[in-house]
Amino acid sequence: MTPTLDIAGLSTHFFTRDGIAKAVDGVSFSIAPGEVLGLVGESGSGKSVTGFSIMGLVDQPGRIVAGAIRFKGEDMVGADAQRLRSLRGNRIAMVFQDPMMTLNPVLRIGEQMTEAIAAHSKATKSETEARARDALGAVGIASPEERLAAYPHHLSGGMRQRVAIAIALINAPDLLIADEPTTALDVTIQGQILSVVQRLVARSHTALLWITHDLSVVAGLADRIAVMYAGRIVEQAAVDDLLTRPRHPYTAGLLASLPERAAHGGRLASIPGMAPSLLHRPQGCAFRSRCGLARPECGNAMIADRQEGDRRFACLHPLADPARQVM
Amino acid sequence: MEATPLLAAERIDKRFERRLDFAGRLAARLGAALGNETVHALDGVSLAVMRGEVLGVVGESGCGKSTLGRILAGIMPASGGRILWQGADRDRLTGTERRSVKLAVQMVFQDPASSLNPRMRVADIIGEAPLVHGQVTRAELGDYIDTILRDVGLDPAMKQRYPHQFSGGQRQRIGIARALAVRPQCIIADEAVAALDVSIRAQIINLFDELRQKRDLTYLFISHDLGIVRFIADRVVVMYLGRVVESAPTSALFAAPNHPYTIALLAGAPRLEDRKRAFAAIEGEIPSPLNPPRGCHFHPRCPHVMARCREEAPRLSEIAPGRLSACHLNQA
Repeated sequence: MTPTLDIAGLSTHFFTRDGIAKAVDGVSFSIAPGEVLGLVGESGSGKSVTGFSIMGLVDQPGRIVAGAIRFKGEDMVGADAQRLRSLRGNRIAMVFQDPMMTLNPVLRIGEQMTEAIAAHSKATKSETEARARDALGAVGIASPEERLAAYPHHLSGGMRQRVAIAIALINAPDLLIADEPTTALDVTIQGQILSVVQRLVARSHTALLWITHDLSVVAGLADRIAVMYAGRIVEQAAVDDLLTRPRHPYTAGLLASLPERAAHGGRLASIPGMAPSLLHRPQGCAFRSRCGLARPECGNAMIADRQEGDRRFACLHPLADPARQVM
Repeated sequence: MEATPLLAAERIDKRFERRLDFAGRLAARLGAALGNETVHALDGVSLAVMRGEVLGVVGESGCGKSTLGRILAGIMPASGGRILWQGADRDRLTGTERRSVKLAVQMVFQDPASSLNPRMRVADIIGEAPLVHGQVTRAELGDYIDTILRDVGLDPAMKQRYPHQFSGGQRQRIGIARALAVRPQCIIADEAVAALDVSIRAQIINLFDELRQKRDLTYLFISHDLGIVRFIADRVVVMYLGRVVESAPTSALFAAPNHPYTIALLAGAPRLEDRKRAFAAIEGEIPSPLNPPRGCHFHPRCPHVMARCREEAPRLSEIAPGRLSACHLNQA
C-alpha cells in the first residue's frame, strides 16, 4: 500500500545573515493511511519546520534544499503553487498551536468554514452551511447554529482550537498535521481536543502527524514515535519499543528526565549541557557533547541510520537491546 | 498542638475591578445596563506552608494560583483576609521587622526573559537588592555574587554579561539567584519550569531541590503540571476558579483523590504508560471568573451534581487527618 506521506532525506535550511541554519537536515519517515506518528523534539529541534515543509509553508530565507516529500506517491517539492493550493486545506490540513493562526479575527466562524468548503467543491450555499454546522457539532461544540454567527474573540481558547480542527477536517483530508495543538490548553480542555481528533481521524482513516514536545501525550495517541534532535530524527520506532526500550542515548535521556518515572524526592536524571546552535552544528553526532556513551569516532562523519526490525536509529554506540542480550 | 506555619493565608479575597471605559460610561448614562465588572480571582482562600516543606499549588488557568502566589509574596495587596508570617499578621508589622519579613519571601517567575531587566548586567540584577537593603557591603558584594552564582550552577566569570546572552535554562538560574540574593526563607515559584525544555527542566528541578537542602528553604511551588508537582511537592493544594477544592499529602492525593475536580484532573492528564488510549474528557468549558456559577463552582461540569451543589458552596472540611476537601458528597 502506498503510504499517505513518504519523506526521504528532507533538508530545509534557513539562509540567514549569520550563516546557514540547518533546521531540518536529512529527515526521513513515512505515515500509512490511518496511522498516527508522533514527532517529538525540544525547541529548535526542527519538528515544526518539518511540518511547515510538508505544507509548503516555508518562507524566505528558508528553503527546501534536498529530499523528497511524496503525498500518496505524488512529489510535493516540485509541485507548482496551484497544485499545492488545491491540496492544502483539502487533502492535507494543518492545525497550529495558536488557533488564531488559522482563524481570521474579522470574519464570522460560519464564513470561514463555508469558505474552506467552497474553495474545494461546488456545493450550494445551503449544503455548505449544513456541512459547517455538522462539522462544529462533530468537534463537540454546543449550539453550532449560534457559533457560526460568532467571531473568534467570542470563543474560549479551547473552543477556538476545536473550530480550527473542525475547519481542518471539514474536507476529510488524507493527512492531518497537528503542530502542538494542545500545548497552550489546560489539562481538562486538552483531553477534549485529544478525544475529538482521535475519534474523527479514526473515522475517516486520516493519517495523522502529531508534532509535540510532550512524550506523555503521544504515548497514548500514536502508533509510532520519531524523536528529533538538532534537525535530525535520531530514533523512530513503535510507541512501546521506543518508550520502554530506547536505543538512542538522547531518547533514553529524555525519558529519564521526566519526573513521571522518578521516585518522589529523588533526583531527576538530567541531560547535561544544552542543544547546539543550528548555525554551528558539530560534525558527526550532534548529541555527542551531552552523551555519556560518546567516543571519539562519534565526531567523525555523519552517523548513518541503522535499521533493526521496525526501529531506525542513528547512533554508533546505542544502549543495549534487552531483547537481544537474552540470546 | 500543631506547629505555627511559616507562612499562611487566612480567607484571602482578591477582586479585580474593570472600570467602564468612556463609551461604556456614556452608554450607562443613557440607560444601558452596564456596570463595572468584577473578577473574583480569590474567594476566601486559606492555606498554610510549614517550615521546610514543599507545598504544590495546582489548577488550570483562571483558578487564581498565580494571584495567590503574588499576594503571599507581598507584591500584590489582597482585598480581604490576612497573611500570617510565623503566626503574626504581616500587615501589622512595622519598621525593620516589616522589612525583614518582606525579604524573607521571594518569587521566581515563569518567564525569565521578561522578569529580568535586559539593560542590567547579571551582577547588578543579583547584587542590587542585598546592597540596597544593607545585607552586604559594597566591598563584600563581588564575592557574595560569585558564591550565589556558583550555587545556582553558573560560572561567576559570566557576571558582567546581560540576560540576552544566556540560554533559557541559564536565565532561569539567574532568576533563582536574584531571589536567593536577599537570603529568603521561603521561595514562591510560579510555573518556574513551565517554559523550559524537558532536558533543561530536569536540571532546574534538581537545582531547586539542592538549594532547599543547602539553604534550608521552604517552597510554594505553583504549577499546572501534575507530573512535576507529584515529584517535588510534599503536600498539594488543588484550586478551581478562585477556591481551594482539595488539599492533601502528595501520595494520598494521587493515590485516592477525593474531589470530583481533582479526580477529573488526574484522569485527564496524559501519562507515559498510556498506549492507544481512548481519550475522554470532562464536559464543558472552564467558566469565566467574571461570572462564576452559583454554589459549587465545579457543579456545571461535575458528574455527581446534586440540587444542593447548585445553591450552596461546599465548605472545605477535613475528610481524613491532614486531608481537606470541599464537596457535598462527603457530607451525604
